[in-house]
Amino acid sequence: MNQRSYFTHLDALESEAIHIMREVAAECTNPVLLFSGGKDSVVLLRLAEKAFRPSRFPFPLMHIDTGHNFPEVIEFRDYRAKELGERLIVRSMEDSIQRGRVVLRSGNQSRNPFQSITLLDAIEEFGFDACIGGARRDEEKARAKERIFSFRDEFGQWDPKNQRPELWSLYNTRTHPGENIRVFPISNWTELDIWEYIGREQLEIPSIYFAHEREVIVRDNGLLPISYLVQPKAGEHVQNMMVRFRTVGDMSCTCPVASHAKNVEEIIAETALTRITERGATRMDDQTSEASMELRKREGYF
Amino acid sequence: MSVVENVGLEHAELLRFITAGSVDDGKSTLIGRLLHDSKSIFEDQLNAIAKTSNKRGMEKVDLSLLTDGLQAEREQGITIDVAYRYFTTPKRKFIIADTPGHEQYTRNMVTGASTANLAIILIDARKGVLTQSRRHAYLASLVGIPHLVVAINKMDLVGYSEDVFNQIRTEFSAFLQGLGSRSVEYIPMSALVGDMVVERGDNLGWYSGQPLLDYLETIDIKQDVNTHDFRFPVQWVSRPQTEAMHDFRGYMGRIESGSVHVGDTVTVLPSGLTSRVKEILFYNGTLETAFAPQSVTLTIEDHLDISRGDMLVNGGEPPRVTREFDAMLCWLSEQSFDPGRKYIVKHTTHMIKGLIARIDYRVDINTMNHEVVDALTMNDIARIGIKVQQPLVIDAYTQNRGTGCFILIDEVSNNTVAAGMIC
Repeated sequence: MNQRSYFTHLDALESEAIHIMREVAAECTNPVLLFSGGKDSVVLLRLAEKAFRPSRFPFPLMHIDTGHNFPEVIEFRDYRAKELGERLIVRSMEDSIQRGRVVLRSGNQSRNPFQSITLLDAIEEFGFDACIGGARRDEEKARAKERIFSFRDEFGQWDPKNQRPELWSLYNTRTHPGENIRVFPISNWTELDIWEYIGREQLEIPSIYFAHEREVIVRDNGLLPISYLVQPKAGEHVQNMMVRFRTVGDMSCTCPVASHAKNVEEIIAETALTRITERGATRMDDQTSEASMELRKREGYF
Repeated sequence: MSVVENVGLEHAELLRFITAGSVDDGKSTLIGRLLHDSKSIFEDQLNAIAKTSNKRGMEKVDLSLLTDGLQAEREQGITIDVAYRYFTTPKRKFIIADTPGHEQYTRNMVTGASTANLAIILIDARKGVLTQSRRHAYLASLVGIPHLVVAINKMDLVGYSEDVFNQIRTEFSAFLQGLGSRSVEYIPMSALVGDMVVERGDNLGWYSGQPLLDYLETIDIKQDVNTHDFRFPVQWVSRPQTEAMHDFRGYMGRIESGSVHVGDTVTVLPSGLTSRVKEILFYNGTLETAFAPQSVTLTIEDHLDISRGDMLVNGGEPPRVTREFDAMLCWLSEQSFDPGRKYIVKHTTHMIKGLIARIDYRVDINTMNHEVVDALTMNDIARIGIKVQQPLVIDAYTQNRGTGCFILIDEVSNNTVAAGMIC
């Protein structure tokens, strides 16, 4: 049998991502890998293992903690970093708020848009010149036009008009002091690819990705999980439902979907059949305007 | 059960393609049709474009809006080079590099085409072969895209006429022969109605070939990579610095072409020293054989001084090791070429200084005529001679895409200013 026939689309995506990570390690002075505990960054960690073992990772891991994360995810984040024996840096929005760097209108509003401030502060604090992240082009149309090596100016801004042409796999990693590059090794992966890879590699992920019973309310056509951040308003009815999360972001605006998928195979079956994009189903902050993601990215969002 | 079987995609291959054509040729409608009929459009995306279609006073949902751009583009009436789109069928995963048709066409198409296995060239059946069709085919051949599909679209507007199709095919194949294109397929279609895109439809009964999606799913792409010349640019040297692995030196990289087996003799270039492959490591296991485009780690029998930028090679034709070479260059930057400046050349894993020593000619991409010039501006394609600071290990681009391509970076602005294909 010809070995080539076993080189599947997942193998191709994996090899591309490994190549990208090694380019970062070789050419950037002080890179960091952004690890949130979410499924995309779990995949990034496996790819980093494949890129660098038997050596340690040539970069630390960092999480920007909004303070609105699901406790299961934070627990998983710490567990996974420890298991890998890699250094984890946590910078929290709570600190940015205390120091007056982030000013919120109310205590329980979504913190997703303000992560950029804490992230940019952390980049400055450590002098990172490259941040490896788990964003994918299929997530959203502003992402569809983003480079794998996405250049940001001194203010962390993404200028969609002024991106460097990216040809073959010859990545331009050069920056001036103060500038940095966001690197997205899984740019070409779709949600389904991520799940298939998690299944194939038997990766552990936080429990809230699987169907579980949870108190939710229906608000603005989506389900919202009840927590200290989200309480029912008058007329809203709390229900106990079997749900799972497709993304694990800010608890105040990350919506679960009704599901009975208890394992990765069942999630893959549901994902292949699903009729709503991942962000459309689960992120209320992306629905505020057609261009919300684009605007946040221009301000330095991940 | 049947659901799970349908989505068993683990063995699907990856095919990257580019669509060349303008909005007028129905390019956006074709992409929209492929995504829609292969059930890759989500309800919320469909709702969003239905809303927009409505707002713009259209009667039905305009599928071309699926490839509509960013707010910045709409506000400023500009289009930003390449957008990537994805769809999957049980047989393959597809990545479309969607490049806008009009302004800065050369730069955008070259960028999108650089990684493509296949290009779809759209021809409007009413208009026949136009200058831009020839331009697209020339660029596709320049960038070495192995397969071409000539999609003769809008057949509904010429009464699905077989004669019209045959005329266009005859005219265009004569042109393509001159370019040396090998794998070419002509498909008549109506992206608007849906004939011969995903479904055969009822209107093109005289056409015995495959509909577009069938063709995309089944065309053989295994031979697109050079399989005989082993090329392994070293990306990173792994030295774990632990007690147990004190002497371990692993050479990490991606195989650009060919394959490697344990025990193979490899030559390290540019030094010319040789050794044998001791192990091929991948994650927590070892392999007997590895092939392009796998990313692996190699260990060798001897202690040689090997670092990033070196290349391990074996088999077939040896590469050239040289400080001077000729290339076809596409100038990408708004800032014109400055003959007094040195640029940074990035080739495989090597970054060194270089200068353009001469410009032989510029190609007029509408007529393919050669012109004598002493300057290069954005979208120019030219044959040049280049000199670099240290020897590079190169192959001709037509023999080996991975080791035959390079980019030029402006050392002051750090922008990528040109893309080169070695002759």
